Amino acid sequence: MLEVDRINSFYGKAHVLRDLSLDVPKGEVVALLGRNGAGKSTTMKSVMQIVRTASGSVRFEGQEISRLPPHKIAKLGVGYVPEDRRVFSDLTVVENLIVGYQPPREGSVTWTRDMLFDLFPNLAERRNNRGKALSGGEQQMLTIARTLMGNPSLVLLDEPSEGVAPVIVEQMVQVITQLKSEGLTVLLSEQNLHFAQAVADRAVIIESGARVYHGTLAELTANPDIRDAYLAA
Amino acid sequence: MEFFVAQVLTGLANASSLFLVACGLSLIFGVTRIVNFAHGSLYMIGAYTGYSLMQVLPGAVGFWGSILIAGLVVGLVGLLIEILVLRPVYRAPELFQLVATFGVILVIQDLALLIWGPEDLLGPRAPGLRGVVRIMGEPIPKYDIALLIITPFVAVALWYLITKTRLGVLVRAATQDREMVGALGVNQSWLFTGVFALGSALAGLGGALQLPKGGADLLMDFNILAPVFVVVVIGGMGSLPGAYLAAIIISVLNVFGVSYLPESTLVLMFVVMIVVLMIRPYGLFGREEVAGEHGQVGEPERPIKPASNTVRMVVAAGLVLLALLPLYGSHFSLVLITDVLIFCLFAASLHFLLGTGGLVSFGHAAYYGGGAYVAALLVTHVNSPMELAFLLAPVGAGLVALAIGWVCLRLTGVYFAMLTLAFAQLIWSLVFQWGDVTGGDDGLVNIWPAEWLKATTVYFYFTLVIAVSGILILRHVAHSPFGYALRAARDSERQAEATGIDTRKVRLLAFGFAGFMGGLAGALFVFSKGSVFPNELEIARSFDALIVVFLGGVKTLAGGVVGAGFFKGIEEVLIRFEYWRLLMGLLIIFVVIAAPDGVVGSLRKGLERVGLRKVEDQ
Repeated sequence: MLEVDRINSFYGKAHVLRDLSLDVPKGEVVALLGRNGAGKSTTMKSVMQIVRTASGSVRFEGQEISRLPPHKIAKLGVGYVPEDRRVFSDLTVVENLIVGYQPPREGSVTWTRDMLFDLFPNLAERRNNRGKALSGGEQQMLTIARTLMGNPSLVLLDEPSEGVAPVIVEQMVQVITQLKSEGLTVLLSEQNLHFAQAVADRAVIIESGARVYHGTLAELTANPDIRDAYLAA
Repeated sequence: MEFFVAQVLTGLANASSLFLVACGLSLIFGVTRIVNFAHGSLYMIGAYTGYSLMQVLPGAVGFWGSILIAGLVVGLVGLLIEILVLRPVYRAPELFQLVATFGVILVIQDLALLIWGPEDLLGPRAPGLRGVVRIMGEPIPKYDIALLIITPFVAVALWYLITKTRLGVLVRAATQDREMVGALGVNQSWLFTGVFALGSALAGLGGALQLPKGGADLLMDFNILAPVFVVVVIGGMGSLPGAYLAAIIISVLNVFGVSYLPESTLVLMFVVMIVVLMIRPYGLFGREEVAGEHGQVGEPERPIKPASNTVRMVVAAGLVLLALLPLYGSHFSLVLITDVLIFCLFAASLHFLLGTGGLVSFGHAAYYGGGAYVAALLVTHVNSPMELAFLLAPVGAGLVALAIGWVCLRLTGVYFAMLTLAFAQLIWSLVFQWGDVTGGDDGLVNIWPAEWLKATTVYFYFTLVIAVSGILILRHVAHSPFGYALRAARDSERQAEATGIDTRKVRLLAFGFAGFMGGLAGALFVFSKGSVFPNELEIARSFDALIVVFLGGVKTLAGGVVGAGFFKGIEEVLIRFEYWRLLMGLLIIFVVIAAPDGVVGSLRKGLERVGLRKVEDQ
C-alpha cells in the first residue's frame, strides 16, 4: 500500500533521512522503531511531504506522491496524526473534527462523528470544550479522531503513546486493534517496544535516518541482540 | 444630554466603515500572516467604484446595488492581487510579502489617478435618506441612522460565517496552524485566496458605504491605514467583536474630540491605543502571538562575516569615485548623491534594527523626521548654532526612540510592528496639529547650515563623511559583542536569556541606537534642504525605508545600503514620468517575485550558482 524507496530528507543542510526504504502492506500495522532523534517523525513528515524529500520515491497505492503537496496526499487517503498532536486549541472538539472532514472514499471506512464518539467516549463528553481544555490523552484521541474524519485508508500514527497516562496507552492499543479490524493500514512510530508488540505485525528499525532492521515482530521479539543494539531499554 | 446622545450616534455611524475595513485586514492577517498595507487602497477602490456605479445606476436600488457591486468588484481585485502578486511570494522570508503589498499601493494610486482623475469626488447622497431626523431635538442625518442599523447586521453575518460555517472553522484552524490544516486535506492556496478576497470585499464595501459621508479622493488609502491599524490592535488581531468594539470606541471618541478638543483629534486615538495596550498587551479580545508558529518558512540566517578583501576594494573604489564627484559631476548630481547618501544612512539604521535585531519597525520615520525636527526646532526657537543643533538632533531622536521602544518592546511580532507605526503617527499628529511650535503643515523653514558648510560641494563632503561613518559604525556594531547579543536575542530569545543576556535591555539599546542613527540622517537632511515638513514623519516615509531594506535584502549586511542606493537612484529617474508610481510599483512587485532574497542576497546566490563565489557554510 505504501512503498518508500530510498528517500533522502534534509533540515537545512542537516541530512536526516539517508536512503530510507520501507513497505507497509495493505491491512497491516507496521511499527517504525528507533531511538529519540533516529528520524521517525521525519519519516512520517516526509511521506506526507510536510518535509520535502530531496530524492527517492514514495508510492501510495502505486501512485507516486513525493511531488504532491500535503493536502493532495491527504485527499488520496493518507491520514497523518502528528506526534505533537497539534490540536486546534481554540476550536471545540466538534470543530476540530469538522476541519478533518473529507467526503467518503471508496474502499475505506466512512467515519461519522457518532462512530468516533463511540470509539472515544471521553471525547463525546467534551464535544463542546475547546482543544486547550483537554488533557493530553484526550488531545491524543482528538487528533486520531480528527484524522479519521478524513476517511483515510492509511494512517501515519506518530508516537501515540508518548506522554500519555498508562491507562490511555491501554486504550490506544484497543483503538489501533479496532482500526486494523476495520481494514485500515497503519504505520506507527514508537519508542515503546511493548506497545508495538501489542499491535504491530512488522517492525522497521531506523538509526540515524537509515534502516538497520526489518522483519516481523515475532522475529524481532525472538532476537534480543537487535533489540538491545538499536532500541532503548 | 441631547448633545451627548447625538454625538454617540454620529460616532456609531462613523464606526461602520472603519469596522468593515478593520475586520477585513484582521481576517487576512489571521490566515495568511500578511499585513496587507494595500488594504487602504482596496478601500479607496471601493469608494471610487461605488461612485462610478452610482452615476449609472438610478434610484435607491441603484445606490445600494452600487455599494454591493463595489464590494464584489474589490473582492475580485483582491482575488487577482492574491493570485498574481502574493502567491509567488508566500515562500519568501516572513514579512517580505508586505513589500509586495506596498508595490500594489503605488500601482493602485496611479491607476486611480488615471481612471478617476485628481479631483476629489463628492459622494452622492443616498436616495430617500437625504434629510435629518431629530432625535431629542438634535439633527441626525438619516444616512447615519441607516448605517447604525446596517452595521450590526453585517457584523452578525460575519460572526455567523466565522463561527458557524465550515469555512469559518477552517479559517480559524488555519489561523492557528495552517500546515496542519493542509495535512488534513484542505487546499491552503484556495483558503488563502478566498480569505484575501473576502477581506478585500469588506474593505471595498467600507469604502463604498462611506461615500455619502466622505466621498472619494486619492489620499484616502493612507488616511484610513492608521485608524484601521489602531482598531485592529486595540480590538485584538483576528477578533471580530474586538474590531467592532474598537471601531466604536475610536469613532465615538473622535466625534467628542472634534467638539471639545479640536487640536487633539489625531492624537487621541493613539493615546487610547497606548492606554489599552498598557493594560491588555494583545488588545481587548486578542490572544498572545505565538512565536515560532508551525509552518514558518525561510532558510536559516547565514552568519555574518567581515567583508572580504575584494568587497573592501570595490567599496573603497566606489568611495573614491564618490569623493571625486565634484570634479566631474554637475551641481545637480551633487544634490542628488547627497540625497541618496542621507537615505542610505536612514535605511542602514532601519536595517540594523530589522536585520541584526529582528525588530520590525513600521514607524522608523519617527526618528528620521524626529531628528530633522529637533534640529529645526532648536534653530527656530532658541537660535541654536547649526553645529549644536546638528549634534543634538540624533541625541533627541535616540531619546525618543528609547521612550517609544520602552513601550513597544513589551510586545512582539506584528503587535510590536503596529505599535511602532502608531507611535510614529502619534508624533506626526503632534507635529501636524501643534502649529504654534512646529509650524504644522507649513513646516519649519530657513534651517540652513553654518557659513562654512553652505556651499553645495562642502555640504556634499560633509554628508559623505557623516553618512559613510554612520554606516560603518552600524556595521561595526553588528560585529561587536553587543551585535552578537542582539543577534542571539533575535534567533533564540530563550537561549539568549539562559546564557545571561538581558534581551529586553539589549533590544531597547538597539532601538535607541537605530533611532539615533535615523536622527543623524534626519539632521543631515534638514540642513541640506533648509526646511522640514510633517511628511518626513509620515507612514509613507517609514515605508520607503522598509521597502529598500527588504528589497536590498534583510539577511545581508549590505542590504540596506545597496537597496537604498539602488532604488533611490531608480526613483530619481522614474519620477520624471507622469505615472512614475505605477512603474515603481510594478518594479517593486517584480523584484519581490524575482528576487525573494533581496537584491544582495539573490546576487550572492546567483554568483554562487555560477561558481563565481564560494558557497558558504552555514
